Amino acid sequence: METFLGLDYPTLWYLVVGLLFSGYAILEGFDYGAGAWHLFFRKDLSRRIAINAIGPLWDANQVWLIIGAGALFAGFPVMYATMLSAMYVPFMLFLMLLVLRSAAIKFRSAEEMKWWRKTWDIIYFGSNVLISFLLGVVLANILQGFELGEHYSYKGGMFFSFLNPYAIMVGLTTVSLFMTQGAIFLLLKTEGRLHARLTFLLKKGMIFFIVSFAATSLYTLVFLPGVTDKFKEYPIFFIIPLLAFLSVANIPRLVSKKKYAYALVFSSLTMAFLLMLVAFQLYPVLLPSTIASEYSVTIYNAASSQKSLGIMLTIVAIGSPLLAGYFLFLYKTFNGKVKLDDTSY
Amino acid sequence: MDTEILARIQFAFTIAFHYIYPPLSIGLGLIMVFMEGMYLKTGNKQYEVLTRFWLKIFALTFGIGVATGIIMEFEFGTNWAVYSRYVGDIFGSALAAEGLFAFGLESAFLGILLFGWNRVSPKVHFISTIGVFLGSMFSAVWIVVANSWQQTPAGYHIVGEDFNARAEVTDFWAMVFNPSSVDRIIHVWQGAFLAGAFLVLSVHAYYLIKGRYVEISKKAFKIALGLATVISLTQLFSGHRSAEVVAEHQPAKLAALEGHYEANGAADMYLFGWVDNETQEVTGLKVPGGLSFLLHQDFEEPVTGLKAFPKEDRPSQVNAVFQFYHIMVSIGMFLIGLTLYASYLWWRGTLFEKKWLLRIFAFSVLLPQIANQVGWFAAEMGRQPWIVYGHLRTSEGFSQEVSSNQILFSLILFLVVYTILFLLFLYSVNKKIKQGPYDEAKNPDEFLKYV
Repeated sequence: METFLGLDYPTLWYLVVGLLFSGYAILEGFDYGAGAWHLFFRKDLSRRIAINAIGPLWDANQVWLIIGAGALFAGFPVMYATMLSAMYVPFMLFLMLLVLRSAAIKFRSAEEMKWWRKTWDIIYFGSNVLISFLLGVVLANILQGFELGEHYSYKGGMFFSFLNPYAIMVGLTTVSLFMTQGAIFLLLKTEGRLHARLTFLLKKGMIFFIVSFAATSLYTLVFLPGVTDKFKEYPIFFIIPLLAFLSVANIPRLVSKKKYAYALVFSSLTMAFLLMLVAFQLYPVLLPSTIASEYSVTIYNAASSQKSLGIMLTIVAIGSPLLAGYFLFLYKTFNGKVKLDDTSY
Repeated sequence: MDTEILARIQFAFTIAFHYIYPPLSIGLGLIMVFMEGMYLKTGNKQYEVLTRFWLKIFALTFGIGVATGIIMEFEFGTNWAVYSRYVGDIFGSALAAEGLFAFGLESAFLGILLFGWNRVSPKVHFISTIGVFLGSMFSAVWIVVANSWQQTPAGYHIVGEDFNARAEVTDFWAMVFNPSSVDRIIHVWQGAFLAGAFLVLSVHAYYLIKGRYVEISKKAFKIALGLATVISLTQLFSGHRSAEVVAEHQPAKLAALEGHYEANGAADMYLFGWVDNETQEVTGLKVPGGLSFLLHQDFEEPVTGLKAFPKEDRPSQVNAVFQFYHIMVSIGMFLIGLTLYASYLWWRGTLFEKKWLLRIFAFSVLLPQIANQVGWFAAEMGRQPWIVYGHLRTSEGFSQEVSSNQILFSLILFLVVYTILFLLFLYSVNKKIKQGPYDEAKNPDEFLKYV
């Protein structure tokens, strides 16, 4: 098998996909998180400012989902096909909510009528909360494994089996993590009364996050067999949960010093470390089978051919500096506090 | 209903709905590049007013295009799992390239295009407009490459057997430049330009009929008419090229387009007609040997007909394929006539005196949209029974694990949400058109300072 820097191609692509989904979680994390606070702002003007804080950015941030899913399809078609067809209902709900959320951003401020804005406000809030929740649910289901038989055939439930207690816990933790991220982002983009209100809300959000995070961690250690096996094998990787813990602890400190940009960096790092934890724990498995381990989807039985992975790694090598350039330029252009004008939502 | 039929209905519905928007974005993108370029070049504020006006409508079409496009990306996996595993090695790299090169470009610059007027210089704004336009053009490239590979596979080999069988890339560039991709990309681009140009023509024709925004509407109308004339004419050539490729690589599809059954005889070309699937006969107005002539410049030359293929290898809905194809061609011909006549009047200097012609233009916005839709329906239904031509059947490609109830559930969800979305879209576009590029009543003088 061909390698680059001592890593085989499927492993490299695993890192690419992981990086893309981390980018998605971090960037859309503050988008969805900001939206999950929406009904906590009372005045119409505050709500408009909050939407326009992500206004020029959310479409670009969403690209990380599109590229991430594309990368999964391209590199691990078996994983892409098996996961999506097995989790048909949650993904369809997720997609519908994405459409509703886009519509809410575009249409909410287009009319003055109270009922109009109120309806869209509820849709916007609801879709952001549920999207975040469903992402956590999907992650939890992957960690728990699917009932996969021979030829990756899914034997599990069709409609609501994905909503088990653990999935609900991880879902809530994801909502709280995104809300923390979203509140910090909005603190960077706002001023005056709204800013003061957000400082208050962020404290509540942090408590929500720390409680659900602690509960989920405990549940994981107690009820998910074998999650610590990898760490016994490679104790050096204990550094990942340690770093995750430290970066969580750092957030309230930076917030109280009003260093919001750094706080955003550390809440982003928290997400990255947590996802690394999941990635390390699973590797080289992508989707564990609860029926028999030989039916699991791994990066090797799910991967595209060496030739194809080589082509795609080249595409990534050419494309990612370009993408980084676009994003730097975009974020530089819209740096600073939100100012509403006639092009705003 | 069985899972396969439901999965096909869902795909057809979601892709057809999606395809209302990206062609508009591509076409409007090109026209905005013209308009903003003219503004930068001449400094005439009228062009800025036009750019800003069309940008508002562009924002809507683009937004709905992205939202409904994400669904397509996931639907391959949810509804067509077997197909996804089969083509992932090939289709995937096109999709990844599309995400990285095209969507990254367009979405990042979209923010600047929509909200950056006061934050960047006019030049940088113009570059963003070009960036978004190029991004949308690239995304058409990769997705048409992937679809063309399904029609005329190249640069691959089949590995494994039965359940494990899949196509793998052997030659990336042969895969990208498979026999049909270049002609089809051009054909799709042109269809998109026409969709955008006719929306602009329609709206400004409406203003001209109402006597509103007359000055700028004439400017915009001429830009769009110039584009529409050139494109509808050249569309004929890319269409003809595409048909030649179909004749060479997908003979059963070509035979279905003209309802040509006879296994090996001269083929007619119909202006319109009706195919009876049972008796295998076509009634209608035809040019005897017309298809033979178009393909081989000889009215007698035989063309392979449907009877040359076993029944299970032919498209089952021959009449539907025939009708869709003929509607597309008829609309194309009508657009050529319409734009040529309008250009002639433009040259004569009497274009804007003909109210009846403007009325036709006001309604013509629907025509390229219909042509784009039926063109794709002919292409995709003509490919049946194959999902990958000659290799994988549609009946083998859908997700075996997914139940028909699940698809019915999501299909109803799509129907509801998309209906609401479509009504909102029509309402918003209509409102923006009624409001116009600026408020004439409130500031009758405001516009004068632009001139």
